[in-house]
Amino acid sequence: MAPAAASLSQPGFWPLTLVLFIPALVAAVLALPILPRVRDESIRWIGLATTAVVFLLSLWMAVPWLFGGPGPGQFTPGAAGMQNVVKAPWIPSFNIEYLLGVDGISMPLVLLTTFLSMLAAAASWPIEKHVRAYWILFLLLVTGMIGVFVSLDFFLFYVFWEVMLLPMYFLIGVWGGPRREYAAIKFFLYTLLGSVLMLLAILMLYFASDVRALSDDQLLAAHVVSPALEGAERAAALTAIHSHATPIHTFNILALAEIGQSPGSPFASTSFWGMTLETWAFLLLLIGFVIKVPVVPVHTWLPDAHVEAPTPISMILAGVLLKLGGYGILRICYPICPGAGLSLAWLVCGLGVVSMVYGAFAALAQKDFKRMVAYSSVSHMGYVMLGLGVWSAVAGQQYQWESWAQGVNGAMFQMLAHGISSAGMFFMVGVLYDRVHHRNLEEFGGIFNRMPLYASLAVAIFFAGLGLPGLCGFIGEVLVTLSSWNYSGVLAVCSAFTVILTAAYILWAIQRVYLGAEYKGPHGDHLTPLSRRELAIAAPLVVFAVLFGVLPQLIFNYVTPTVNRQVEDLASWTRDVHDGGGTVVASAPAPAPALGDTTIAGGSR
Amino acid sequence: MNPDNNLGILLDATLRDTLGVSLPHFRPELCLAATVVLLLVCRMLPLLRLLDAGWVALGGVAVAAWFSWADCLRLSQSAWVGGGGDMLPGRIELFGGLLAFDSLSAYVRLLLVGFLILFILLTKVSGIPDREDGADFYALVLGSTLGMCLMASANHVLTVFMAVEMASVPSYALAGLLKGRKASSEAALKYAVYGAGAAGIMLYGLSLLAGVLGSCHLPTMARQLAALEAGMLPGGTALALAIGGLMVAAGLAFKLSAVPFHFWCPDVFAGAAAEIGAFLSVASKAAAVALLIRVAFGLGVPGLGPAHALEMVALGETRHYIAGLVALLAALTCTLGNLAAYGQTNMKRLLAYSTIAHAGYLMMGVAAAVALAGRDPQAARSAISAVCFYLGTYVFMNLAAFAIVALLRNSLRSEEIASYAGLIRTNPGLVVATGIVLVSLIGLPPLAGFISKFLVFSSIVQAVTLSAERPMMLVLLVVGGLNTVISLFYYLRVLKVMTFDPPPAERTAEAFPLVSIPGALVTALVVPVVSLGIFWSGLYTFARFAGAFAS
Repeated sequence: MAPAAASLSQPGFWPLTLVLFIPALVAAVLALPILPRVRDESIRWIGLATTAVVFLLSLWMAVPWLFGGPGPGQFTPGAAGMQNVVKAPWIPSFNIEYLLGVDGISMPLVLLTTFLSMLAAAASWPIEKHVRAYWILFLLLVTGMIGVFVSLDFFLFYVFWEVMLLPMYFLIGVWGGPRREYAAIKFFLYTLLGSVLMLLAILMLYFASDVRALSDDQLLAAHVVSPALEGAERAAALTAIHSHATPIHTFNILALAEIGQSPGSPFASTSFWGMTLETWAFLLLLIGFVIKVPVVPVHTWLPDAHVEAPTPISMILAGVLLKLGGYGILRICYPICPGAGLSLAWLVCGLGVVSMVYGAFAALAQKDFKRMVAYSSVSHMGYVMLGLGVWSAVAGQQYQWESWAQGVNGAMFQMLAHGISSAGMFFMVGVLYDRVHHRNLEEFGGIFNRMPLYASLAVAIFFAGLGLPGLCGFIGEVLVTLSSWNYSGVLAVCSAFTVILTAAYILWAIQRVYLGAEYKGPHGDHLTPLSRRELAIAAPLVVFAVLFGVLPQLIFNYVTPTVNRQVEDLASWTRDVHDGGGTVVASAPAPAPALGDTTIAGGSR
Repeated sequence: MNPDNNLGILLDATLRDTLGVSLPHFRPELCLAATVVLLLVCRMLPLLRLLDAGWVALGGVAVAAWFSWADCLRLSQSAWVGGGGDMLPGRIELFGGLLAFDSLSAYVRLLLVGFLILFILLTKVSGIPDREDGADFYALVLGSTLGMCLMASANHVLTVFMAVEMASVPSYALAGLLKGRKASSEAALKYAVYGAGAAGIMLYGLSLLAGVLGSCHLPTMARQLAALEAGMLPGGTALALAIGGLMVAAGLAFKLSAVPFHFWCPDVFAGAAAEIGAFLSVASKAAAVALLIRVAFGLGVPGLGPAHALEMVALGETRHYIAGLVALLAALTCTLGNLAAYGQTNMKRLLAYSTIAHAGYLMMGVAAAVALAGRDPQAARSAISAVCFYLGTYVFMNLAAFAIVALLRNSLRSEEIASYAGLIRTNPGLVVATGIVLVSLIGLPPLAGFISKFLVFSSIVQAVTLSAERPMMLVLLVVGGLNTVISLFYYLRVLKVMTFDPPPAERTAEAFPLVSIPGALVTALVVPVVSLGIFWSGLYTFARFAGAFAS
């Protein structure tokens, strides 16, 4: 075998590798000390061009029909399962691989990341201090974020997860507001604590895993043995695994999921101090992920970090970084530790609802505009947690297949919609702050008269955050709330009630900032209309906020098949493995159309 | 038989053993010894005095490095190519059992000699020692390294003690190298007094062990111990053994700067030149860890193969004792090192506490290896490999850190952290290099320090899942994880000062550009820190070779 050459010829290799490493490569070139003194303006253009190229490349992958596809290396929407998997050996002695791939869950998130990175790059023009260093760190951050979404090897995932920390620390700590040092170290400490726990869980799972127990089909599906291998080579690779004398551990996330969902899974059968290994791993991973989401009570880094960070970094933080937590729970916690997920559903749902309500009340109490938006993120991400949590919902003895799928689809939609609306909200706050240099809600008012175009775009984005029907925030919230009815009426009532709180703090903010007779705060004469650059950032966000609200299928086309497949797998796992043969409720025979109805109904309401 | 004839046979065998077996495996040490003599001779002869001692030393060390490399290569080829799934590198006893030559000693020796090359280059660039002191300085450094090489291959109580002393005594003098500086002299005195005390305790412990077990040869001692434990162990004997072990641990802990024998470390590092700090923190530590493995495995693990199964079972209590002792010291050392580093304002003191903390992580790996030895030989070997890998990356991380301190001292005339304020304005390249080194010391990916920690933690996790010492190993795991988090704060504080804080008004010039000889040295040390974090397969294969010593 010639693994290096073989991996280069995989169709997904170049697209995924380029999307992942172009930003880091440009950052490395910018960092070279021998580079002549480049003007700040040129560095900004280089940075923006890099993010634009990465965005276009990911668009080429994700939306093939725009480019006359689908061709090799492009993503087929509407298909479940991993596509364009890239597999190359990295550290053979630990079975660590350079294993990348995208599916309906990660592809939209990658696209969101590259899109928001491009907009944040455009929003970085006002950064005047140490421009070169800023852009180097910014581009490294982009590589880290994309890497987390496309990694299918747990070790690689962890590396990218940690790679994001240091750039973010400096981006907040050097370019942030007055309390930046405190905010930066707080962010770093919280996240590092979470990721150390995650590392322990990764190691526990690794040493408990053994791919020899998997069947040939599972080995191929999990890409432990590349399905691209043909005939004799494939048979030889499979035999080599099955006839291996000692256990073969793995970091392959897909293989770990197959092991976790197999009958007699080693994760469920070994236990420490009364809890199974999968419960320990689930809890450790969950702590790592919910710190990122963030969830009350580990959310306190978020208001500080978001408020102190410069505007483009706040956009990235709220738009992408928070999604990493939700993505981790969806991709890793549940499929690998289904038993723990089922028994701890109350924890995930409860955390979600607590953050939802707490975040909304906290937002209501804020005097600082940006802090209010930050708390709104805590509240909105609570929906994601609830939607993911009801996944394991059981009503009595019946498995609510449909509501699981509905909840997870809603959570995915909410993540993407929140990516658009929260980035937009932070940008809108930043536009005002750039002009009047304060964010005190009490001192605003009358912006509508002074900046009509800006104010109407801003109000549109804020309405999207509020969850107004017809805008992107609505669909996720409604699907999650509906799905949670079957899990717990109390939680559903709470989450429905939160919508009113959300409306309260957003409408109140709109009233205090944009409405009113005239602006009486400081620097009133600086309230100039939107520049063309700012318009170019705000307009796409508003367009997508409306588009996703009116045509949610745009997202569901990507998300639903993969999510449904995963939920179906877990539903049958619950039936066959966990309970050893209960019944899935009657609607199971025709799941896909039923779900399609729900989602379309949600969109047209 | 005729007694004369008997003596002749004995002499003949000894001669054959020495000339035919021992000396050919002893070439690096011989090179070091010859270079020391050469350095001293050069000093006496008028014409040769013109020679720069540094380059003479470098030449000698290069030859030693060549021999160590050749030994490693020969050993690895003779073993792995041999075929068979579990073929392991061989083990030869040198000088009638005084020393053991196996993959661990070959690996650590290469590490030490390789470090010495980089170290001599650093001293040439940083200008300490001056020309006058050169011959003394390098003679002391090489002599100390010779002792460290012996530490890594000690197989006999006598060599354990001799090697420790050979490594320590020159270090005392090195600590006082900055003549006329009060802090330096005080450091040297403190170091010498502590060292003498620790050596005395260790010698007492060694003689207790040797007396009870009736032998000085470590493998024989292990066999005796197994025989004792297999029968009824009288209470008094057990107590003597336990106290002896504790006393030996005290001596080793002094060399490792483990809590509670760490007090000398910050004072010596702060008082001595930064270059000496680098030498003590890297070479001395690597040798001490190797010696710890030698003693712990020498007494607790006669062998991992099926041939030793009975003895391994008999020695379960011993391993429990060793693992517990090392784990306790490791947890204390790591936590105290990290907590004490918080309050430091002097960079060398901060690095001293960082060294202490890293000794803790290394000892955690050793504790896991000892705990695993009875259950899973493969896992025990990989724990040793993790420690060896850690040592390999530690060479670059810590040497780079001290090199930066030394070079900044030359241009800023200060080693206070506060004096580094705002260096990013004038020296962006240097600050990036410092950042990489410190972040690697924290243990964040994709840098070498992360891989080291990852490997050590994975061994502890294995020990939690497999070994009999589950609660102890779990505590170790939690302590290690928490320590990683709290260590973040003080390393980042240095970076914060360098980047966030405004520079003092009087600083205008660049300390030194990255495109210069000092800059090239720093770059050469930092590049491995990054590349070993991404492409670590090569070094890990090598470390696995070293970890396979306990065959």
